[in-house]
Amino acid sequence: MTRPGTGTVEGAVWDVLGTVEDPELPIAITDLGLVRDATVEDGRVVVRLVPTWIACPALGVIRTRIRTALLSVPGVREAVVEYTYDEPWTLDRMTPRGREQLAAHGLSVPQCRFAEPPVCPYCGSHDVAADSLFGPTLCRATYLCRHCHNPFERFKPPVEP
Amino acid sequence: MPGVLTAIADPTLRAAFREVLLRVADDELVIGHRHSEWTGFGPDIESDVAMSSIAQEELGHARVFYEQIADDEGLDIDRLAFGRTPGEYRHAALLERENGGWEFSIVRLVLYEAFETGRLRLLAASGQQPIAGLAETLTREERYHLLFAETWLTRLARGAAEGPGRVQRALDAAWPDALGLFETTPADALLVAQGVIASTPSAQRAAWEAAVRPSLEGCGLRLPSSGPREGGRRGVHTPAFDGLLDQMTEVWRSDPEARW
Repeated sequence: MTRPGTGTVEGAVWDVLGTVEDPELPIAITDLGLVRDATVEDGRVVVRLVPTWIACPALGVIRTRIRTALLSVPGVREAVVEYTYDEPWTLDRMTPRGREQLAAHGLSVPQCRFAEPPVCPYCGSHDVAADSLFGPTLCRATYLCRHCHNPFERFKPPVEP
Repeated sequence: MPGVLTAIADPTLRAAFREVLLRVADDELVIGHRHSEWTGFGPDIESDVAMSSIAQEELGHARVFYEQIADDEGLDIDRLAFGRTPGEYRHAALLERENGGWEFSIVRLVLYEAFETGRLRLLAASGQQPIAGLAETLTREERYHLLFAETWLTRLARGAAEGPGRVQRALDAAWPDALGLFETTPADALLVAQGVIASTPSAQRAAWEAAVRPSLEGCGLRLPSSGPREGGRRGVHTPAFDGLLDQMTEVWRSDPEARW
Protein backbone atom coordinates (compact mmCIF):
# COMPACT_ATOMS: atom_id res chain seq x y z
CA MET A 1 0.00 0.00 0.00
CA THR A 2 1.57 3.29 -1.05
CA ARG A 3 0.62 6.46 0.70
CA PRO A 4 0.17 9.66 -1.27
CA GLY A 5 2.45 12.61 -0.61
CA THR A 6 1.75 15.63 1.52
CA GLY A 7 -0.14 18.58 0.14
CA THR A 8 -2.91 16.47 -1.35
CA VAL A 9 -6.30 15.67 0.20
CA GLU A 10 -5.21 12.01 0.20
CA GLY A 11 -2.11 12.93 2.18
CA ALA A 12 -4.18 14.89 4.67
CA VAL A 13 -6.59 11.96 4.99
CA TRP A 14 -3.76 9.58 5.89
CA ASP A 15 -2.29 12.14 8.30
CA VAL A 16 -5.58 12.37 10.13
CA LEU A 17 -6.08 8.58 10.14
CA GLY A 18 -2.74 8.40 11.97
CA THR A 19 -4.18 10.49 14.80
CA VAL A 20 -7.13 8.19 15.52
CA GLU A 21 -6.46 5.85 18.44
CA ASP A 22 -8.01 2.50 19.25
CA PRO A 23 -10.16 3.03 22.38
CA GLU A 24 -8.85 -0.18 23.99
CA LEU A 25 -5.19 0.07 22.97
CA PRO A 26 -3.02 3.20 23.16
CA ILE A 27 -1.91 3.15 19.53
CA ALA A 28 -3.05 4.68 16.26
CA ILE A 29 -5.33 2.60 14.05
CA THR A 30 -2.75 2.93 11.27
CA ASP A 31 -0.08 1.34 13.51
CA LEU A 32 -2.49 -1.41 14.48
CA GLY A 33 -2.97 -2.12 10.77
CA LEU A 34 -6.70 -1.56 10.73
CA VAL A 35 -6.77 0.56 7.57
CA ARG A 36 -6.91 -1.50 4.39
CA ASP A 37 -7.32 1.42 2.00
CA ALA A 38 -8.60 4.94 1.71
CA THR A 39 -9.85 6.49 -1.48
CA VAL A 40 -10.79 10.09 -2.15
CA GLU A 41 -13.02 11.06 -5.03
CA ASP A 42 -14.48 14.50 -5.41
CA GLY A 43 -14.39 15.20 -1.67
CA ARG A 44 -15.88 11.81 -0.77
CA VAL A 45 -13.58 9.61 1.31
CA VAL A 46 -14.13 5.88 1.63
CA VAL A 47 -12.02 4.14 4.28
CA ARG A 48 -12.05 0.36 4.52
CA LEU A 49 -10.94 -1.25 7.76
CA VAL A 50 -9.85 -4.78 8.63
CA PRO A 51 -11.29 -5.60 12.09
CA THR A 52 -9.02 -7.40 14.56
CA TRP A 53 -11.97 -9.16 16.24
CA ILE A 54 -15.36 -9.21 14.55
CA ALA A 55 -17.20 -8.80 17.86
CA CYS A 56 -14.88 -6.11 19.23
CA PRO A 57 -17.13 -3.55 20.95
CA ALA A 58 -14.71 -0.79 19.94
CA LEU A 59 -15.50 -1.11 16.21
CA GLY A 60 -18.40 1.33 16.33
CA VAL A 61 -16.37 3.84 18.35
CA ILE A 62 -13.49 3.61 15.90
CA ARG A 63 -15.83 4.18 12.98
CA THR A 64 -17.28 7.31 14.63
CA ARG A 65 -13.83 8.64 15.56
CA ILE A 66 -12.60 8.22 12.00
CA ARG A 67 -15.64 9.88 10.45
CA THR A 68 -15.37 12.85 12.79
CA ALA A 69 -11.64 13.21 12.14
CA LEU A 70 -12.05 12.94 8.36
CA LEU A 71 -14.80 15.54 8.21
CA SER A 72 -12.38 18.05 9.75
CA VAL A 73 -10.02 17.70 6.77
CA PRO A 74 -10.34 20.62 4.31
CA GLY A 75 -11.71 19.31 1.02
CA VAL A 76 -13.56 16.37 2.59
CA ARG A 77 -17.34 16.72 2.42
CA GLU A 78 -18.38 13.12 2.97
CA ALA A 79 -16.74 10.27 4.87
CA VAL A 80 -17.72 6.62 4.60
CA VAL A 81 -16.09 4.11 6.93
CA GLU A 82 -16.75 0.44 6.42
CA TYR A 83 -15.34 -2.84 7.67
CA THR A 84 -14.15 -5.34 5.10
CA TYR A 85 -13.63 -9.09 5.43
CA ASP A 86 -11.58 -9.41 2.24
CA GLU A 87 -8.64 -10.57 4.34
CA PRO A 88 -8.30 -11.56 7.99
CA TRP A 89 -6.37 -9.28 10.31
CA THR A 90 -2.98 -10.75 11.23
CA LEU A 91 0.00 -9.57 13.28
CA ASP A 92 1.82 -8.76 10.02
CA ARG A 93 -0.46 -5.76 9.63
CA MET A 94 1.04 -4.02 12.68
CA THR A 95 3.86 -1.53 12.27
CA PRO A 96 7.10 -1.81 14.32
CA ARG A 97 6.08 1.42 16.05
CA GLY A 98 2.73 -0.10 16.98
CA ARG A 99 4.47 -3.11 18.53
CA GLU A 100 6.79 -0.84 20.51
CA GLN A 101 3.88 1.22 21.80
CA LEU A 102 1.98 -1.86 22.96
CA ALA A 103 5.13 -3.18 24.65
CA ALA A 104 5.64 0.20 26.35
CA HIS A 105 2.06 -0.07 27.58
CA GLY A 106 3.02 -3.33 29.33
CA LEU A 107 1.51 -5.73 26.81
CA SER A 108 3.49 -8.68 25.57
CA VAL A 109 3.19 -8.83 21.77
CA PRO A 110 3.90 -11.98 19.72
CA GLN A 111 6.36 -11.37 16.88
CA CYS A 112 4.42 -13.24 14.24
CA ARG A 113 2.23 -15.99 15.68
CA PHE A 114 0.25 -16.44 18.86
CA ALA A 115 1.62 -19.98 19.13
CA GLU A 116 5.19 -18.76 19.73
CA PRO A 117 6.49 -18.85 23.33
CA PRO A 118 5.24 -15.85 25.35
CA VAL A 119 7.75 -13.45 26.89
CA CYS A 120 7.24 -11.62 30.18
CA PRO A 121 7.16 -7.89 29.33
CA TYR A 122 8.70 -7.00 32.73
CA CYS A 123 11.73 -9.29 32.98
CA GLY A 124 11.96 -10.88 29.54
CA SER A 125 11.66 -14.41 30.90
CA HIS A 126 10.14 -17.24 28.87
CA ASP A 127 9.32 -19.06 32.10
CA VAL A 128 5.67 -18.06 32.07
CA ALA A 129 2.35 -19.86 32.54
CA ALA A 130 -0.88 -19.17 30.70
CA ASP A 131 -3.56 -18.06 33.13
CA SER A 132 -6.48 -17.56 30.74
CA LEU A 133 -6.93 -17.23 26.99
CA PHE A 134 -9.73 -14.77 27.72
CA GLY A 135 -8.54 -11.56 29.34
CA PRO A 136 -10.01 -8.13 30.03
CA THR A 137 -10.71 -7.50 26.34
CA LEU A 138 -11.30 -9.92 23.44
CA CYS A 139 -7.78 -9.21 22.16
CA ARG A 140 -5.85 -10.03 25.35
CA ALA A 141 -4.90 -13.22 27.17
CA THR A 142 -3.53 -13.30 30.74
CA TYR A 143 -0.31 -14.95 31.98
CA LEU A 144 1.81 -15.28 35.10
CA CYS A 145 5.59 -14.91 35.05
CA ARG A 146 7.21 -17.63 37.16
CA HIS A 147 10.51 -15.72 37.19
CA CYS A 148 9.50 -12.23 38.42
CA HIS A 149 6.06 -13.33 39.72
CA ASN A 150 4.18 -10.60 37.86
CA PRO A 151 0.89 -11.19 36.13
CA PHE A 152 0.85 -9.80 32.60
CA GLU A 153 -1.33 -9.53 29.54
CA ARG A 154 -0.47 -10.63 26.04
CA PHE A 155 -1.93 -9.30 22.84
CA LYS A 156 -4.05 -12.10 21.39
CA PRO A 157 -4.65 -12.17 17.65
CA PRO A 158 -7.26 -14.51 16.14
CA VAL A 159 -5.66 -17.98 15.78
CA GLU A 160 -3.62 -18.43 12.63
CA PRO A 161 -4.66 -21.55 10.66
CA MET B 1 -20.96 -2.33 -0.91
CA PRO B 2 -23.58 -4.62 -2.53
CA GLY B 3 -24.54 -7.41 -0.18
CA VAL B 4 -24.21 -11.11 -0.75
CA LEU B 5 -27.96 -11.57 -1.21
CA THR B 6 -28.45 -8.80 -3.77
CA ALA B 7 -25.72 -10.45 -5.82
CA ILE B 8 -27.79 -13.62 -6.21
CA ALA B 9 -30.19 -12.96 -9.09
CA ASP B 10 -32.45 -16.00 -8.80
CA PRO B 11 -35.05 -15.31 -6.06
CA THR B 12 -35.42 -18.96 -4.98
CA LEU B 13 -31.67 -19.35 -4.64
CA ARG B 14 -31.44 -16.03 -2.82
CA ALA B 15 -34.11 -17.14 -0.35
CA ALA B 16 -32.22 -20.39 0.23
CA PHE B 17 -28.98 -18.56 0.98
CA ARG B 18 -30.83 -16.16 3.23
CA GLU B 19 -32.09 -19.18 5.15
CA VAL B 20 -28.51 -20.33 5.72
CA LEU B 21 -27.40 -16.87 6.89
CA LEU B 22 -30.35 -16.64 9.25
CA ARG B 23 -29.51 -20.04 10.75
CA VAL B 24 -25.95 -18.96 11.48
CA ALA B 25 -27.13 -15.69 13.01
CA ASP B 26 -29.87 -17.34 15.09
CA ASP B 27 -27.54 -20.10 16.32
CA GLU B 28 -24.99 -17.53 17.44
CA LEU B 29 -27.56 -15.22 19.01
CA VAL B 30 -29.22 -17.97 21.04
CA ILE B 31 -26.05 -19.71 22.21
CA GLY B 32 -24.56 -16.29 22.99
CA HIS B 33 -27.46 -15.55 25.32
CA ARG B 34 -27.22 -18.93 27.00
CA HIS B 35 -23.46 -18.48 27.55
CA SER B 36 -24.04 -15.00 28.95
CA GLU B 37 -26.15 -16.51 31.73
CA TRP B 38 -22.86 -17.69 33.25
CA THR B 39 -21.66 -14.13 33.75
CA GLY B 40 -21.16 -13.79 37.48
CA PHE B 41 -21.77 -17.51 38.07
CA GLY B 42 -18.78 -19.27 36.47
CA PRO B 43 -16.87 -21.78 38.60
CA ASP B 44 -13.87 -19.44 38.83
CA ILE B 45 -13.11 -15.89 37.72
CA GLU B 46 -11.14 -16.95 34.63
CA SER B 47 -13.92 -19.23 33.39
CA ASP B 48 -16.50 -16.60 34.14
CA VAL B 49 -14.59 -14.06 32.02
CA ALA B 50 -13.97 -16.67 29.32
CA MET B 51 -17.60 -17.75 29.00
CA SER B 52 -18.68 -14.10 29.02
CA SER B 53 -16.14 -13.30 26.30
CA ILE B 54 -17.34 -16.24 24.23
CA ALA B 55 -20.91 -14.98 24.68
CA GLN B 56 -19.83 -11.50 23.57
CA GLU B 57 -18.13 -12.93 20.50
CA GLU B 58 -21.11 -15.07 19.50
CA LEU B 59 -23.46 -12.08 19.77
CA GLY B 60 -21.02 -10.05 17.67
CA HIS B 61 -20.94 -12.82 15.07
CA ALA B 62 -24.74 -12.96 15.05
CA ARG B 63 -24.80 -9.21 14.44
CA VAL B 64 -22.65 -9.34 11.29
CA PHE B 65 -24.77 -12.11 9.79
CA TYR B 66 -27.99 -10.25 10.59
CA GLU B 67 -26.41 -7.17 9.00
CA GLN B 68 -25.88 -9.04 5.76
CA ILE B 69 -29.60 -9.77 5.56
CA ALA B 70 -30.82 -6.46 6.98
CA ASP B 71 -28.64 -4.31 4.68
CA ASP B 72 -29.79 -6.15 1.59
CA GLU B 73 -33.45 -5.99 2.48
CA GLY B 74 -33.54 -2.54 4.09
CA LEU B 75 -34.57 -4.01 7.46
CA ASP B 76 -33.79 -2.73 10.92
CA ILE B 77 -31.21 -5.11 12.39
CA ASP B 78 -32.70 -5.07 15.91
CA ARG B 79 -36.13 -5.87 14.53
CA LEU B 80 -34.65 -8.78 12.58
CA ALA B 81 -32.83 -10.06 15.66
CA PHE B 82 -35.55 -9.50 18.25
CA GLY B 83 -38.82 -8.83 16.45
CA ARG B 84 -39.79 -12.25 15.16
CA THR B 85 -42.21 -14.85 16.45
CA PRO B 86 -40.61 -18.05 17.86
CA GLY B 87 -41.50 -19.99 14.70
CA GLU B 88 -39.47 -17.57 12.58
CA TYR B 89 -36.19 -18.44 14.32
CA ARG B 90 -34.01 -21.04 12.62
CA HIS B 91 -31.52 -22.10 15.32
CA ALA B 92 -31.15 -25.71 16.39
CA ALA B 93 -32.69 -26.85 19.68
CA LEU B 94 -29.27 -27.64 21.19
CA LEU B 95 -28.57 -23.94 21.54
CA GLU B 96 -31.77 -23.01 23.35
CA ARG B 97 -31.57 -25.70 26.08
CA GLU B 98 -31.15 -24.34 29.56
CA ASN B 99 -27.64 -24.45 30.93
CA GLY B 100 -28.31 -26.63 33.95
CA GLY B 101 -24.83 -27.47 35.19
CA TRP B 102 -21.48 -26.19 33.98
CA GLU B 103 -20.78 -29.63 32.50
CA PHE B 104 -23.74 -29.32 30.12
CA SER B 105 -22.58 -25.91 28.90
CA ILE B 106 -19.08 -27.28 28.32
CA VAL B 107 -20.31 -30.38 26.48
CA ARG B 108 -22.60 -28.22 24.35
CA LEU B 109 -19.72 -25.87 23.61
CA VAL B 110 -17.51 -28.75 22.43
CA LEU B 111 -20.24 -30.19 20.20
CA TYR B 112 -21.37 -26.85 18.78
CA GLU B 113 -17.93 -25.37 18.13
CA ALA B 114 -16.89 -28.45 16.18
CA PHE B 115 -20.04 -28.11 14.09
CA GLU B 116 -19.44 -24.38 13.65
CA THR B 117 -15.90 -24.97 12.42
CA GLY B 118 -17.19 -27.25 9.65
CA ARG B 119 -19.96 -24.86 8.68
CA LEU B 120 -17.60 -21.88 8.50
CA ARG B 121 -15.22 -23.86 6.30
CA LEU B 122 -18.05 -24.56 3.87
CA LEU B 123 -19.08 -20.89 3.80
CA ALA B 124 -15.45 -19.81 3.39
CA ALA B 125 -15.19 -22.09 0.36
CA SER B 126 -18.49 -20.87 -1.11
CA GLY B 127 -16.97 -17.88 -2.91
CA GLN B 128 -19.99 -15.78 -1.87
CA GLN B 129 -18.40 -12.49 -0.77
CA PRO B 130 -18.33 -10.96 1.76
CA ILE B 131 -19.61 -14.08 3.56
CA ALA B 132 -16.67 -16.24 2.46
CA GLY B 133 -14.12 -13.75 3.84
CA LEU B 134 -16.13 -13.29 6.99
CA ALA B 135 -16.31 -17.06 7.55
CA GLU B 136 -12.56 -17.36 7.09
CA THR B 137 -12.02 -14.64 9.69
CA LEU B 138 -14.45 -16.20 12.15
CA THR B 139 -12.79 -19.61 11.93
CA ARG B 140 -9.76 -18.00 13.55
CA GLU B 141 -11.83 -16.59 16.41
CA GLU B 142 -13.88 -19.71 17.12
CA ARG B 143 -10.71 -21.75 17.55
CA TYR B 144 -10.20 -20.23 21.01
CA HIS B 145 -13.69 -21.31 22.05
CA LEU B 146 -12.93 -24.92 21.19
CA LEU B 147 -9.60 -24.81 23.04
CA PHE B 148 -11.35 -23.54 26.15
CA ALA B 149 -14.16 -26.09 25.88
CA GLU B 150 -11.86 -29.07 25.34
CA THR B 151 -9.63 -28.10 28.26
CA TRP B 152 -12.64 -27.99 30.57
CA LEU B 153 -14.13 -31.17 29.15
CA THR B 154 -10.97 -33.08 29.99
CA ARG B 155 -10.77 -31.51 33.42
CA LEU B 156 -14.34 -32.53 34.26
CA ALA B 157 -14.41 -35.95 32.62
CA ARG B 158 -11.11 -37.04 34.16
CA GLY B 159 -12.18 -35.98 37.63
CA ALA B 160 -12.01 -38.59 40.35
CA ALA B 161 -15.47 -38.34 41.89
CA GLU B 162 -18.80 -37.39 40.31
CA GLY B 163 -17.28 -35.59 37.28
CA PRO B 164 -17.18 -38.43 34.72
CA GLY B 165 -20.76 -39.51 35.39
CA ARG B 166 -22.10 -35.99 35.18
CA VAL B 167 -20.29 -35.27 31.93
CA GLN B 168 -21.51 -38.54 30.41
CA ARG B 169 -25.10 -37.71 31.39
CA ALA B 170 -24.71 -34.23 29.87
CA LEU B 171 -23.37 -35.77 26.68
CA ASP B 172 -26.24 -38.28 26.54
CA ALA B 173 -28.73 -35.43 26.99
CA ALA B 174 -27.10 -33.16 24.40
CA TRP B 175 -26.44 -35.76 21.71
CA PRO B 176 -29.85 -35.94 19.92
CA ASP B 177 -30.01 -32.14 19.80
CA ALA B 178 -26.42 -31.97 18.58
CA LEU B 179 -27.34 -34.27 15.70
CA GLY B 180 -30.25 -31.89 15.10
CA LEU B 181 -27.67 -29.24 14.10
CA PHE B 182 -27.39 -31.17 10.84
CA GLU B 183 -31.08 -31.01 10.01
CA THR B 184 -31.35 -30.42 6.28
CA THR B 185 -34.12 -28.62 4.40
CA PRO B 186 -34.91 -28.17 0.68
CA ALA B 187 -32.94 -24.88 0.85
CA ASP B 188 -29.74 -26.89 1.44
CA ALA B 189 -30.43 -29.27 -1.42
CA LEU B 190 -30.99 -26.32 -3.76
CA LEU B 191 -27.76 -24.56 -2.72
CA VAL B 192 -25.77 -27.73 -3.31
CA ALA B 193 -27.50 -28.45 -6.64
CA GLN B 194 -26.71 -24.92 -7.83
CA GLY B 195 -23.08 -25.18 -6.68
CA VAL B 196 -23.30 -22.37 -4.11
CA ILE B 197 -22.34 -24.58 -1.17
CA ALA B 198 -20.40 -27.81 -1.54
CA SER B 199 -22.35 -29.96 0.88
CA THR B 200 -25.62 -30.22 2.79
CA PRO B 201 -25.55 -30.22 6.61
CA SER B 202 -26.54 -33.90 6.75
CA ALA B 203 -23.53 -34.79 4.60
CA GLN B 204 -21.31 -33.01 7.15
CA ARG B 205 -22.37 -35.12 10.09
CA ALA B 206 -19.83 -37.92 9.62
CA ALA B 207 -16.93 -35.44 9.47
CA TRP B 208 -18.20 -33.77 12.64
CA GLU B 209 -18.43 -37.09 14.46
CA ALA B 210 -14.88 -37.89 13.39
CA ALA B 211 -13.81 -34.49 14.76
CA VAL B 212 -15.47 -34.76 18.17
CA ARG B 213 -14.86 -38.48 18.75
CA PRO B 214 -11.17 -38.19 19.76
CA SER B 215 -11.87 -35.42 22.30
CA LEU B 216 -14.80 -37.30 23.82
CA GLU B 217 -13.37 -40.81 23.84
CA GLY B 218 -9.95 -39.46 24.75
CA CYS B 219 -11.28 -38.51 28.16
CA GLY B 220 -13.22 -41.70 28.69
CA LEU B 221 -16.66 -40.72 27.40
CA ARG B 222 -18.90 -42.99 25.33
CA LEU B 223 -20.54 -41.63 22.20
CA PRO B 224 -24.30 -42.09 22.58
CA SER B 225 -26.13 -44.14 19.97
CA SER B 226 -29.34 -42.07 20.03
CA GLY B 227 -30.69 -40.55 16.83
CA PRO B 228 -31.29 -36.90 15.97
CA ARG B 229 -34.01 -34.68 17.36
CA GLU B 230 -34.83 -32.14 14.66
CA GLY B 231 -37.21 -29.24 14.03
CA GLY B 232 -35.19 -26.10 14.82
CA ARG B 233 -34.23 -25.42 11.20
CA ARG B 234 -37.95 -25.37 10.34
CA GLY B 235 -38.85 -23.10 13.23
CA VAL B 236 -40.05 -25.79 15.63
CA HIS B 237 -38.64 -25.06 19.07
CA THR B 238 -38.85 -26.41 22.61
CA PRO B 239 -40.55 -24.60 25.51
CA ALA B 240 -37.07 -23.52 26.69
CA PHE B 241 -36.95 -21.06 23.81
CA ASP B 242 -40.08 -19.17 24.87
CA GLY B 243 -38.51 -18.08 28.15
CA LEU B 244 -35.23 -17.24 26.49
CA LEU B 245 -36.87 -15.18 23.76
CA ASP B 246 -38.99 -13.32 26.29
CA GLN B 247 -35.97 -12.41 28.34
CA MET B 248 -33.62 -11.51 25.52
CA THR B 249 -36.14 -9.27 23.76
CA GLU B 250 -37.50 -7.58 26.88
CA VAL B 251 -35.58 -4.33 26.53
CA TRP B 252 -36.12 -4.10 22.77
CA ARG B 253 -39.86 -4.74 23.12
CA SER B 254 -40.20 -1.96 25.70
CA ASP B 255 -39.57 0.54 22.86
CA PRO B 256 -38.86 -0.96 19.43
CA GLU B 257 -38.35 2.48 17.87
CA ALA B 258 -35.69 3.62 20.37
CA ARG B 259 -32.35 4.68 18.94
CA TRP B 260 -29.35 3.51 20.96
